[in-house]
Amino acid sequence: MQNELNGQFPKIPKEKLTLIQRDRRITDQKLETKSIGYFKDVWLRFKKDKSAVVAFVLIMILLLFSMFVPFISPMDVSFREESFAYMLPKMFNNTGFWDGTFATEQTQGGFDILRGIGVESGLSPVVGTVRESEASDGTKRYSFRQDSYCTPGYEIKVLGEKEYKAMMAYQDEHNIQILYPVPVTWNVKFNGYSAGNYWYKLKDERPTSSGEAVYDENGNYIPNYLTSDNPNAGDYTSLRLPGDNGGEDGKTWYTYAMKVQGGYRVRINLYNDFIFRNGFKPVFVFGTNVYGQDIFSCLAYGGQLSFILAISVCLINFVIGAVYGAVEGYYGGTTDIVMERISDILGYMPFIVIATLFKLHLQEQVGPLFSLLFAFVLTGWIGMAARVRMQFYRFKGHEYVLAARTLGARDRRLIFKHIFPNSLGTIITGSILAIPAVIFSESMLSYLGIIDLNTSSMTSIGTMLSNGHDCLRTYPHVILFPALFISILEISFNLFGNGLRDAFNPSLRGAED
Amino acid sequence: MTKYVVKRILLMFLTLFVIMTICFILIKLLPLPLIKSINKDVALQAKKYEQRGYYKPIMVQYYNFWKNVLTSWDWGMGEQLYTDRAVWPVMMQKLPYTVLVNLYSILIAIPLGLIFGIYAALKKNKWQDNVISTLVMVFTSVPSYVYAFLVQYFLCFKLKWFNPVVLSQDQAPLMSWKMFMSMVPAVLSLGFGVVAGLTRYTRAELSEVLTGDYMLLARTKGLTKRQAISRHAMRNAMVVILPMIIGEFIGILGGSLIIEKIFAIPGIGNVFVDSIAVKDYNFFMAETFFYTFIGLASGILTDISYGFIDPRIRMGSKK
Repeated sequence: MQNELNGQFPKIPKEKLTLIQRDRRITDQKLETKSIGYFKDVWLRFKKDKSAVVAFVLIMILLLFSMFVPFISPMDVSFREESFAYMLPKMFNNTGFWDGTFATEQTQGGFDILRGIGVESGLSPVVGTVRESEASDGTKRYSFRQDSYCTPGYEIKVLGEKEYKAMMAYQDEHNIQILYPVPVTWNVKFNGYSAGNYWYKLKDERPTSSGEAVYDENGNYIPNYLTSDNPNAGDYTSLRLPGDNGGEDGKTWYTYAMKVQGGYRVRINLYNDFIFRNGFKPVFVFGTNVYGQDIFSCLAYGGQLSFILAISVCLINFVIGAVYGAVEGYYGGTTDIVMERISDILGYMPFIVIATLFKLHLQEQVGPLFSLLFAFVLTGWIGMAARVRMQFYRFKGHEYVLAARTLGARDRRLIFKHIFPNSLGTIITGSILAIPAVIFSESMLSYLGIIDLNTSSMTSIGTMLSNGHDCLRTYPHVILFPALFISILEISFNLFGNGLRDAFNPSLRGAED
Repeated sequence: MTKYVVKRILLMFLTLFVIMTICFILIKLLPLPLIKSINKDVALQAKKYEQRGYYKPIMVQYYNFWKNVLTSWDWGMGEQLYTDRAVWPVMMQKLPYTVLVNLYSILIAIPLGLIFGIYAALKKNKWQDNVISTLVMVFTSVPSYVYAFLVQYFLCFKLKWFNPVVLSQDQAPLMSWKMFMSMVPAVLSLGFGVVAGLTRYTRAELSEVLTGDYMLLARTKGLTKRQAISRHAMRNAMVVILPMIIGEFIGILGGSLIIEKIFAIPGIGNVFVDSIAVKDYNFFMAETFFYTFIGLASGILTDISYGFIDPRIRMGSKK
């Protein structure tokens, strides 16, 4: 047939033959449709898992909180206001909820003191309506909401001359009264509140005084300040109280300061003193702890530490585990057995022992954070290595690997170019799921006091929990916020990790639809 | 099977030996903790240390350490913690607390975990399952100390049902109702995690087993659903669940450091934390041994129990 056909044209003139293509190479046509790559597919399936997406958003919020609050917040870890210890969380004003107040019931004496604080400065710890009732022994009881921010009241203090002068200058400039007249009873060591709060005429002036006041005929407090004929006693030249006009004879001026060795003894309003020293009003969104540290800011610092530690641990473990597992799984045989034994031995060492040994040996050279990091890295990669090893055992016998080897690919290329990308999904999921574990271990170790990450510039959630546990009975808010933070973080990371695991698992493709 | 078990046990002791060696050397490389107490004669203390061989070369100390441990189970004397008392008896005296608290918690948790797990698996993808699965997710993620704080705050401080801390042995004998009641908060806090873990496990296993062909066959041959589940599905699911429970039982010896701290349980974990805080190295070594041993033993027991429970699994057999 062929020959016959050829025979029909015994001679084809050469000039009739033309080349049909010369200037372009013929290659495969590109597909018209868009292809969905592995990661695109993962993303599409991840998006469908609503809880994982929500968890991811939550993680991001907590991450942003931890990263940015330390920059924005005027308070940091070294911020300590001992007189403002255990302030309640305050977010709103006078709403009865999250406004720094708490319900309380007081006897006549306790009520007089608290009301007195407000009468003098206008910053009253007694807010809302006061309900009177009668106790079984016939005495009166007052129940009302108490503002914890005004409760510290006043304090008798000795100031250095410079500070005293600065305070007076501030008073004049901002018209805020910080220095108040010193009461007669300033040197009595009262059992209840600090002596600065007993400024009125008391029924009983002994240290055991309940604080009950003697009222004048109008039912008002009778001031019990030290007086002198010199209006500027103690070099005081600044604002005076409204009623302080020298008295009837013009010679009874209230004493605002007493010159003593090393400075001036004064009585300061702690709330206004706080404004003077810090430049802002005391408002702690999450309250304060025993040292008067702002829990909101500390939480951000603690979260920052947890995030930084966990993420760096996971990145390092990712690298070490991937390489170790790849070598184990790829070479197999004796290499595998020996390397497995090593990781076995490390893996069975209790983590707390490792953390302790690292701390004892390295803390002084590199600091607590890095010694903890090393401890995490020492054993953390084992799980990762085991996972990678499994994947390598699975893939190394596949035909495509064999083909690549036949083409002359070297071990390194086979490992990293051909097998490793296939196990990437499992490894990423493993890394993400390791993050909550690291955060938990870190908080546990610092809670137990085995690792002390508390310095002037950092704190950890575990330390905050430990501080909070000491006052769990009386001030549960101190522990509430760190516990809430870490719980949300753990739940979110687990949800996110699980969502990612399902998304990376190609066998589940289309299973949900 | 026997060969495999023997091999695993020998390997366990080898691992234990290596870990102890590493710890021993790392500990001995550290300087001896300073004698801080004022009313103690420093020279006398140094003499005591010399007598106990703390100034000898590390290799000599290492030899003596194993000699004492292997011949007379002597782990040395407490130096900073429980000064001059033998380490091991002190630890064994603390052990019952740890064991008791954990034993109570898993005895309560196992039935609950199984029941919830089975129920969730039977109601798979219905609202009951969704509720249980969500709760399990929350309870396995939230750190155990958070429940402990909640339990302590609400049950002990607010409602005042229980003592906030576990009683000491002077206040009540170990095996008494009063002691049990004081342990309840700790037991509850530990239990949440175990229940959640077991529920998740049981649900996963059982729902996989339920889709098996033999379940269909069992129903086809006329068994009721209940019969099919109890005779076929549960048995097969148990193959995986039971080893986990067995491992859990060994784990009770170790207990939870943080729960012991929160509820002031005078258990073995608290001794560990204290020994780290005051740098008592003899206690540290003995506790390290104890915890490592528990970890290894529970691993082995879990593995071996697979072979005992399921005749289809031949441990360590060649292909």
